Amino acid sequence: MSISTKSLGLHLGLLAVLFVLQFVLPAYHHGNIARIMVLASYAIGFNILFGYTGLLSLGHALFFAAGMYGMGLVVNQFGLPPFSALLVGLLVGGLVALALGLLALRTEGVAFMIVTLMFAQAGYLTVLYFGEYTRGDEGFVIQQAERVMWGIDLSDPTNRYFAALVIFGVSLLVTLKLVQTPFGKVLIAIRENEERARMLGYDVFLHKLAAVVLSGVISAFAGASYGLLFGYVGASFASVQYSIFPLLWVLLGGAGTVLGPFVGTLFMFYLIDLSSGITSAYMLIAGVTLVALTLFAPQGFVGELRKRVWRWLP
Amino acid sequence: MTKSMKKLHKPTRRDALKTLALGATGAAAATSLPLWARYASAQSAEPIRVGFQVHRTGIGAAYGRWYDRTTTAAAELINENGGINGRPVEIIAEDDGTDPKRGAEVVEKFANQHNCDIGFGTLFSHVVIGSAPRAGELKLPYFVVSEGHHVASGMLNRYTLQPGITDVKSQVQAMAPFVASNLGKKVTMIFPDFAFGHDHRDYFTAAIEAQGGEVLEHIAIPPTETSFTKYFPKIPRDTEVIYHVMVGPAVLTFVKELGEFFGPNRPEMFGFIDSLEAVDIGSPGLEFLDGTYFWEGNPRYAQADQSEHDAFFRERVGVDANGASVSDPKDVSTYAHMFGCWETLHVVKAGMESAGYQGTGDRAKLIEAVEAMTDMPHSQAHPQGAKLFNGKTHQVFGHQYITKVTDGKLLLVHTTSIEDTLYPDEVDYTTQSL
Repeated sequence: MSISTKSLGLHLGLLAVLFVLQFVLPAYHHGNIARIMVLASYAIGFNILFGYTGLLSLGHALFFAAGMYGMGLVVNQFGLPPFSALLVGLLVGGLVALALGLLALRTEGVAFMIVTLMFAQAGYLTVLYFGEYTRGDEGFVIQQAERVMWGIDLSDPTNRYFAALVIFGVSLLVTLKLVQTPFGKVLIAIRENEERARMLGYDVFLHKLAAVVLSGVISAFAGASYGLLFGYVGASFASVQYSIFPLLWVLLGGAGTVLGPFVGTLFMFYLIDLSSGITSAYMLIAGVTLVALTLFAPQGFVGELRKRVWRWLP
Repeated sequence: MTKSMKKLHKPTRRDALKTLALGATGAAAATSLPLWARYASAQSAEPIRVGFQVHRTGIGAAYGRWYDRTTTAAAELINENGGINGRPVEIIAEDDGTDPKRGAEVVEKFANQHNCDIGFGTLFSHVVIGSAPRAGELKLPYFVVSEGHHVASGMLNRYTLQPGITDVKSQVQAMAPFVASNLGKKVTMIFPDFAFGHDHRDYFTAAIEAQGGEVLEHIAIPPTETSFTKYFPKIPRDTEVIYHVMVGPAVLTFVKELGEFFGPNRPEMFGFIDSLEAVDIGSPGLEFLDGTYFWEGNPRYAQADQSEHDAFFRERVGVDANGASVSDPKDVSTYAHMFGCWETLHVVKAGMESAGYQGTGDRAKLIEAVEAMTDMPHSQAHPQGAKLFNGKTHQVFGHQYITKVTDGKLLLVHTTSIEDTLYPDEVDYTTQSL
């Protein structure tokens, strides 16, 4: 069996398991997994830039929120149907990512991190500034009637689960395909040695810019979907906390692995969910776990799996 | 009913247990039960599970701590008096981190994992707005204690109610007659540049104009600001009243710099106590506030004409006459808001008993029972004052208090009528399906 067949089988297998879980999970975990799949899509978007291209952005909440507000505002202000609104969310996310990429990619390393962080903070303050439309920090509700796409009510738990599965499946398979294409391999080459990639004749800036836009569009896709599936659009999703979350999820799961973002999001979600039932200092537990993982499994769960067992993992 | 009541006064063991099993004795009957019978009830019945969405961490933690204490005290009192429909109340608290995403997850946890009868107790507006859609979808009655206008505005859904605390729109508009009559008609507003501040800007501006006054200048302060002196020159010279609603840790700096700017010749000042909830009014730097006025949802300091209900409420929650914890005088409560938890739990009790609530299958009946409520008299269940509930908008209306800082204490100078706080309905939730 070829590596690409094995790889495709593994990823389709995960999607099949998630499909089956829809029918067997208790209500609470059913809702959680739907949420995790959408958030994992956000982490997948982040991973394209961080894990595969080697660019650490601290401002990805800007893209997530651009998708969420791009979708939410056109529903709220103009009454656009959900699918058109979703496309608007993607478009806004893509344009914001293009603009940010053109400016931020003039820098690198720590400066890139700071510039992306600043842009995200500017985005957050923009949401507050236009409070008349965005309702500022309070945010607004996407009503149930506005969340019916092609006759499918996305507020229904089963429909929401399947919608989340489609969103996650698309993000996962696009990434899987991407890392197997020459374009994806160039991104990895840039991550490993940017100068060498440039010397080989690749336009590094253009490749990085494309990675920023693709990463931004997938993050915006997750943001728009999250608003649509869970009925709320709010400024907290544009805050710095939501720029740090995908970094944690990806580091935990394994940067530069296709499955890592999902595993990391799943682990972190349940770590917080379970530990918050024990102590109000649950972020301390999360912090200690992260430190322990950094020390003992620096490549994350899937990264370690690739290092020790399945070396063919993409 | 009369017959069974008579039996309860001369109980045999069999009769009493039979009565309890019927589960329809109501609050009056429950409180008349002998002590042993109350315990028999509590031990034999499945508890009413109240999912308490509490801000234990994040920006709302100071409020959350006091909401927690008040809720615990209210639940203890209800249980001492026989619980709800003879069943004890169990508070199941989950921290939402004052985050709307986590808030929605917590609501799901209440409904689907803890099998709670209701969700309850959320304060911060963004958490309410983020959580309410899920509560509506899960058909979990969601009793918020937020004072946001989000419920009455029609933004939320039929399963979200606010029966224990008034909303910001009614609070703000009720202040305008007092300000215009006693402090001045030319007002400059200083407020944080986010939704909370915008609510004040919009509602107060309209209300003061209705009183023949005007707002000379709106000064919006960005939420990240840490120094305020540069904004003060924008205050017009003919300002008679400064209306301020700054919140957060920078409020002490704000007051100090305002004092330095004006010196001894300041205009009248009116503020919302939200700025200084859980903050000792005698803190260094706040001297400038002496002689200024505040809105208070419930007066922090026990007043000369304190009602017996307020005294009872303070004692049960553990708050002294200065509004601080009886165990630590430096631990100042969020007194202007936290009564909302107490009153809301009592509304839940009254609603469940009126609906004959038996379990989660009766959630719709509970909503209808609360919607049918109107007058809530000043009582142990409503220690802040009498209230009027609007079943269509799911919002309660009540008296508002204006206090003046005098010798380091907040002394009551005016109590508004409930009528001052009313405004036309913006929604009729009863038209939505259950």
